[in-house]
Amino acid sequence: MSHAAVQISGVRFTYPDGREALCGADLRVEHGQRVALLGPNGAGKTTLALQLNGIHRPDAGDVEIGGLPVTDPNLAEVRRRVGMVFQDADDQLFMPTVREDVAFGPANLGLRGDELASRVTKALEGVGAAELADRAPHHLSGGERRRVALATVLAMRPDVLVLDEPTSGLDPAGRRELIGVLQGLPITQLAITHDLPFALELCERAVIVDGGRVVADGATADLLADEELLHAHRLELPFGLDPRTVPPSRPR
Amino acid sequence: MGAGHAHPLYVHEHSPVHRLAPEVKLAAAFAFVLAVAVTPREAIWAFAIDAATVGLVIRLARLPVRFVAARLAIILPFIAFAFLIPFVASGERIDVLGVSVSQVGLWGTWNIIAKATLGAGVSILLAGTTEVPQLLRGLERLRVPPTLTTIAAFMVRYLELLAAELGRMRTAMTARGYDPRWLWQVRPIAAGAGALFIRSYERGERVHAAMLSRGYSGAMPTIDERVASRREWLAAASAPLTAGIAAAVALAVVA
Ligand SMILES: Nc1ncnc2c1ncn2[C@@H]1O[C@H](COP(=O)(O)OP(=O)(O)OP(=O)(O)O)[C@@H](O)[C@H]1O
Ligand SMILES: [Mg+2]
Repeated sequence: MSHAAVQISGVRFTYPDGREALCGADLRVEHGQRVALLGPNGAGKTTLALQLNGIHRPDAGDVEIGGLPVTDPNLAEVRRRVGMVFQDADDQLFMPTVREDVAFGPANLGLRGDELASRVTKALEGVGAAELADRAPHHLSGGERRRVALATVLAMRPDVLVLDEPTSGLDPAGRRELIGVLQGLPITQLAITHDLPFALELCERAVIVDGGRVVADGATADLLADEELLHAHRLELPFGLDPRTVPPSRPR
Repeated sequence: MGAGHAHPLYVHEHSPVHRLAPEVKLAAAFAFVLAVAVTPREAIWAFAIDAATVGLVIRLARLPVRFVAARLAIILPFIAFAFLIPFVASGERIDVLGVSVSQVGLWGTWNIIAKATLGAGVSILLAGTTEVPQLLRGLERLRVPPTLTTIAAFMVRYLELLAAELGRMRTAMTARGYDPRWLWQVRPIAAGAGALFIRSYERGERVHAAMLSRGYSGAMPTIDERVASRREWLAAASAPLTAGIAAAVALAVVA
């Protein structure tokens, strides 16, 4: 395959209130790669992610998913290919029960009956949340909500998984389980995160976004070892962590 | 469905009434209330039959009597004024315990109390045996426009979130020494309400984005396709049918 899983070229985007959030962002992600999207608050990471499934459209530049340009006629297919887990799980879970919420996406894809039910069950089992199926999303704990939010997206069998700060608000065990789930998924993954050890463990590659641009790109361990670079973009390793002594995430 | 989405009026039980399809229950409750409403007030025996029917279904649904009685109390403030009618109404007057009251007025009081109690009883029965998602699904199957049921579903889903947000905002205000006692101190609350509105609006936009991301194209997919069987319809119809026949007979006698 010559096309990339994700291809972003020269994307500019300005919010309606005049705030220019992206000013010429470029990023190419290969099939099956796991990439961490790092950067300070307000860098434009979330805005960039929202370009990937056409929620926001670039004012200039192009976005392609698996060779398919993100344009109106392709929107439905693009949204099937790109699974997006939002920063706030309460935005993601809007149906009265977990089961209906997970079913929402595949039902929109046209699945019905037993096929739909088995999709839902498998997605929930995949994140270890099968027993939550009949609960109401707003009665779940933060960590449970995150897992269910991930299941709602996995139920659509996306080619590209985009996660916006997936580890925020998780306890250490929940974070560990999430890493396990994500490591077991053989799909392209783009994880926006402030959790650098998480990035180091899950992603072989990392990019730093700042001021609406991709300003650094490389092996995660190399980027994180560059203290000056990290400091310049308001990033900081947790006390005592040395990325050079951690076995690197294996590229596949 | 599961125990997850229980609202305060719901009683978790496994009874034949709980198991009935929601659209059947909704239709039966509506028909029953209609029959009660048209029953002439003089037909006390008809109201007795209606009350016995509701009582029987409550037994069948295994709703605790005390639970139902406590919930029934909700109508008290609404019917309080009904007790005034006999004193203020005109017409032929009779003596009750030495007090002169209007006879027409007495009938008016009875009419309101009997019908309100029966109506509330049916509502408590419906709410006590049906969870919110089911109710909404029932409405949908009764051909209520999907836009309306979707809006209702979202209200239910986000009401608690909104209340929690309001609570957090109040805490934040109190934590910074805000303790409104006088009318002119009310400004922050108004400003807060505005902020709450903006926050809800923006959440709405984010939720919409999340829905679009999962292939939403303007219509909610129908997921649960179980439809009510004819037996369910027949079983549920027995209650409003009883009330309907009672009402019809009463009307015929009065006429
Ligand atoms: N709806 C909006 N309207 C106007 N400006 C916005 C909106 N959303 C974000 N911005 C602005 O766009 C810029 C990029 O925001 P974005 O949410 O992409 O940052 P981020 O990298 O995800 O930050 P964080 O790490 O805090 O989540 C910020 O300056 C922000 O203030
Ligand atoms: Mg963000």
